[in-house]
Amino acid sequence: MNIYLIVFIYLFLNYASQNEDGSEVERTSRFSTTLPGVAHVPFLTPAVVQERRPLIVAVMSAAASGTSKAAHGDVAAKRKKGPGALATAYLVIYNVVMTAGWLVIAVGLVRAYLARGSYHGLYYSIEKPLKFFQTGAVLEILHCAVGIVPSSVVLTGFQVMSRVFLTWAVTHSVKEVQSEDSVLLFVTAWTVTEIIRYSFYTFSLLNHLPYLIKWARYTFFIVLYPMGVTGELLTIYAALPYVQKTGLYSVTLPNKYNFSFDYYTFLILIMISYIPLFPQLYFHMIRQRKKVLGHIEDYGKVE
Amino acid sequence: MVNSKSATGNKRVANGAVVPAPLPVQAQSKRKPAKKTKKAVVFFEVEILDAKTKDKLCFLDKVEPNATIGEIKSMFHKSHPQWYPARQSIRLDPKGKSLKDEDVLQHLPVGTTATFYFRDLGAQISWVTVFLTEYTGPLVIYLLFYFRVPFIYPPKYDFTTSKHWVVHLACMCHSFHYVKRLLETLFVHRFSHGTMPLRNIFKNCTYYWGFAAWMAYYINHPLYTPPIYGEQQIRIALIIFLFCQIGNFSIHIALRNLRPPGSKTRKIPYPTKNPFTWIFLLVSCPNYTYELGSWLGFTLMTQCLPVAFFTLVGFIQMTVWAKGKHRSYLKEFRDYPPLRSPILPFIL
Repeated sequence: MNIYLIVFIYLFLNYASQNEDGSEVERTSRFSTTLPGVAHVPFLTPAVVQERRPLIVAVMSAAASGTSKAAHGDVAAKRKKGPGALATAYLVIYNVVMTAGWLVIAVGLVRAYLARGSYHGLYYSIEKPLKFFQTGAVLEILHCAVGIVPSSVVLTGFQVMSRVFLTWAVTHSVKEVQSEDSVLLFVTAWTVTEIIRYSFYTFSLLNHLPYLIKWARYTFFIVLYPMGVTGELLTIYAALPYVQKTGLYSVTLPNKYNFSFDYYTFLILIMISYIPLFPQLYFHMIRQRKKVLGHIEDYGKVE
Repeated sequence: MVNSKSATGNKRVANGAVVPAPLPVQAQSKRKPAKKTKKAVVFFEVEILDAKTKDKLCFLDKVEPNATIGEIKSMFHKSHPQWYPARQSIRLDPKGKSLKDEDVLQHLPVGTTATFYFRDLGAQISWVTVFLTEYTGPLVIYLLFYFRVPFIYPPKYDFTTSKHWVVHLACMCHSFHYVKRLLETLFVHRFSHGTMPLRNIFKNCTYYWGFAAWMAYYINHPLYTPPIYGEQQIRIALIIFLFCQIGNFSIHIALRNLRPPGSKTRKIPYPTKNPFTWIFLLVSCPNYTYELGSWLGFTLMTQCLPVAFFTLVGFIQMTVWAKGKHRSYLKEFRDYPPLRSPILPFIL
């Protein structure tokens, strides 16, 4: 039943893509990009990273490129030789599989809700596909490293690892938070985000980008991003007492490596780090939205 | 860890302000003998545009043909006092490379009306200042932890000293290392650039001071555990550390001697009579190799994971620098010895 649903959605979108404007103005379009690696931000095209990047993005690119001025954001804006037919085919398959996977999660959530009649404990019904597909996103770091995707390895790595961190080091590790509603909040945000993002890449690779998908990608984040961040923060906050009580992932002195680590303090620092990061990334995306969708509105006016 | 650019004896410190010598006589005497003063000197006109906005920022007429970019920068500074020469990047093409201060106007591919593009490099700070600041921090911070000043460890340990003699040894080694660096900054290194962007000082100090505090916290902790293999391990580690300190110093001296004060010549470094420099046969940047060795020795001596992290991060950064330096050497010198690797013999 799930399969038919997925196939149906695909056919629909494909049909809808016939009349659309195709590839975007600023993208090289031949190959997919993982988002240009702005942490936690699903909706960026690579080319636009160049513009007035927030400090955290600039710092991370600088860190990534060391002393050389690689600035992968620049690369994306220029015409680059495509990654080749084989790499493109692989990327299409990758993005299709990821889209399908997140659709499975979405459908799983809906079905579980309908079956139970309540929002509680839906995490358990999609725990395995969530772990599988979110962890699978680690491949995107590899894509950047190998060069078939023109994004910064560091930025992509940061984003993917922060998701993986929440999936494994918080939600999986602290069983008591799995029944929290905040988990549903961020899982839903991630699911919708990823479905749109991966389909966006798929269609871009195939040069048939429906305007609907592009619009969705640059609009849904307005709600989904704060929603996801709220869910994540609440989940981490809920995990704190259990971490402190059990000393999870913590190392104390004395030990022969003369090292200590307090996971509880670490989680608090993570939460605090959202404060500078989130507004920068959010407003960066809003600027990108104006840039990308702004063009289309202008065309409309001309007619 | 020193990003040792090739040396210059040119003492353009602080904001790199250089007093220009616009008079032809003085300029002539600085130059190599090739130029003669012709009776009719063709003066150049120089216009400087903003690289981004293409606005006309400055127009200089009657510029000597043998004026250097450095002199032009000084002239530009007069009309725009907020842009001292060290923060000016002058280039022929808005997106091109910066011209060097030594480049002479008439040898550049420009007509008699030269158009240059200007880019503001941002506030600058001298290399010497940055180095002194970033190295003094770890020296002081480590000692704060060593003497266990209040508010770091539980109050009953305030102003006590560790009972492990390796902790005292580690303090001496760490302090020696940074004193050596400070002295080298003042008396040995010859920097080719006078300045770097101001924001670097914050970045660099965070790195050095942060790591120093992190390492010092554990080494001087009341619950510190000395190395498993005891005296043997510490002895070997100390030998490695001292060997590499001497090696690192030898390389710095060798690099300094490559360049007489006042010149900016770049030469291939070669092994000298000092055996510690024989590593030049195999490595382009042995100062980094020895630095890595020193920190490996220190890690072994203290058996402390944060020290290992610091060594690793430093190694990664130095490898990036060494590879860049190696590449520049290869580009600049046709006869560069092929056996050399950037930082680790045969490996990296």
